[in-house]
Amino acid sequence: MENLKKDDDLLVEESGTLDAKMERRSFLRYAGVGAAGVGMLAVAACKKHSDDSVTATAAIDVGGGDIGVLNYAYALEQLEAAFYIKVVASPYTGMTAAETQAFTDIRDHEILHREFLKAALGTSAIPSLGVNFSSIDFTSKAAVLAAAKGFEDTGVSAYNGVAYIMTNPAYLTLAGKIVSVEARHAAFIRDMISYGSFADTTVVDSTNALDLTRKPSQVLPIVAVYLTTSISANLLP
Amino acid sequence: MNIFSILEEIEKVDPEMNERFSPRRDAIKNLTSFGSKVALASLPFALGSLLNKAYGQTTVGDVNGTLNFALKLEYLESAFYNTAIATPGLIPAAELANFQIIAAHENAHVAFLKSVLGTAAVVQTTQGTNGTYDWTAGGTLPNYFATKDYATFLIVANAFEDTGVRAYKGQAPNVIGNQVVLTAALSIHSVEARHASHIRTVRRTLASSTSPKSWITGANDTGFAGIAANYAGEDNTSQGGVDLTTLINPTTNAKFTTTALTEAFDEPLTYAQVLPLVSPFGVK
Repeated sequence: MENLKKDDDLLVEESGTLDAKMERRSFLRYAGVGAAGVGMLAVAACKKHSDDSVTATAAIDVGGGDIGVLNYAYALEQLEAAFYIKVVASPYTGMTAAETQAFTDIRDHEILHREFLKAALGTSAIPSLGVNFSSIDFTSKAAVLAAAKGFEDTGVSAYNGVAYIMTNPAYLTLAGKIVSVEARHAAFIRDMISYGSFADTTVVDSTNALDLTRKPSQVLPIVAVYLTTSISANLLP
Repeated sequence: MNIFSILEEIEKVDPEMNERFSPRRDAIKNLTSFGSKVALASLPFALGSLLNKAYGQTTVGDVNGTLNFALKLEYLESAFYNTAIATPGLIPAAELANFQIIAAHENAHVAFLKSVLGTAAVVQTTQGTNGTYDWTAGGTLPNYFATKDYATFLIVANAFEDTGVRAYKGQAPNVIGNQVVLTAALSIHSVEARHASHIRTVRRTLASSTSPKSWITGANDTGFAGIAANYAGEDNTSQGGVDLTTLINPTTNAKFTTTALTEAFDEPLTYAQVLPLVSPFGVK
């Protein structure tokens, strides 16, 4: 680990005019460091450069490459699962039986995504994240639906926006299997809020009818407000 | 998404030069041929059979073939919805605007794919009979447009959307690493999933029923046996080498229901699986 840390520092210093992320990623791959190691390395690097870094506190980094993408997905699924667990556990005023069933379905889908990714990632998985939903009024149907819509649309845009860096077709397919279910959730929630908004122009562009995409660097600030654990994706776009 | 930068990229496209699209992938491949092997060896996923799996007639890296396959499916969906919204008395007034949205999306997907493919694009009139489809699928379905049979129209729409989602998913590995094409394909893929979800909601509401749910439960939850093949494999309960039936739901402290296991993951279809599902309508 000490050697890796030194090399990493060296690499960071050298990469000023190059794509720092790519340089670090290639180094990490070459060194055969797993995602768990990546997180520690990122922390080490942060400490070393704490004077010029705004993320001096120890953030959990999701890592790079395909495993980084899957850990990023794992982080988002952890957040979604925690949200729907709370929705079902403390239903908003006037939740109907059909709505309870739908939210229980969605909760279980998200828990499954989380548990699957955790099992699949094995020792490469990032830790469980702490969540804070104090900004959401769970007694209010409108507030819960608005938050749900945000989580689902963000999730869809997140998968769509990062999949291109994946190099393993099996992992890409797995991401695809999950993202279309998230899109089904999103359309369902949107129709609950405003019937006919399942694919409106706020998420589907009006020229080419493509779903919105977001890079991890755009998604993480959106979800950070609900997380008490700081996460980063320094090796992803 | 910055649509303009994507369009700029697409303007530069020579579809034969797939690799031009994926500088990042090239960089990763070139820089990490050693490291990636190490990383793969350390992963717990069961990869072997998946990596060697053939993805139908379209092949990895065959960008034009993959996009033309998508275009053929979009031609079908586009004609289907354009016919529907031009058939008075088929779609109730309250739902018409929503099908106009869906039709506009499919039309936009056609235009988008044609613009990406340029001169390599398959011409619509090669499909069906001089571009006209057989909406009865060779007589296996009633003539729902002529009889203004809304319920049957919705079943076909339900199947088209779910099958479209499955088809795009199956094609994604063929354009892996291709930032522009893969991202666009996935962005169409999730729009089709939104359509599927809405149409399932329409069907549920029409039938005053709890099914079909907006997500796919098991193998063929449409209530129509004639399209069972469109849902073959959707009852899969094993993902990436993980047997989902062994997982415990920490919230209920019990195993997940089989229903939940199948709903949580949509399954892909290969080109070879999709073609027989759409060829009776005239897709070639």
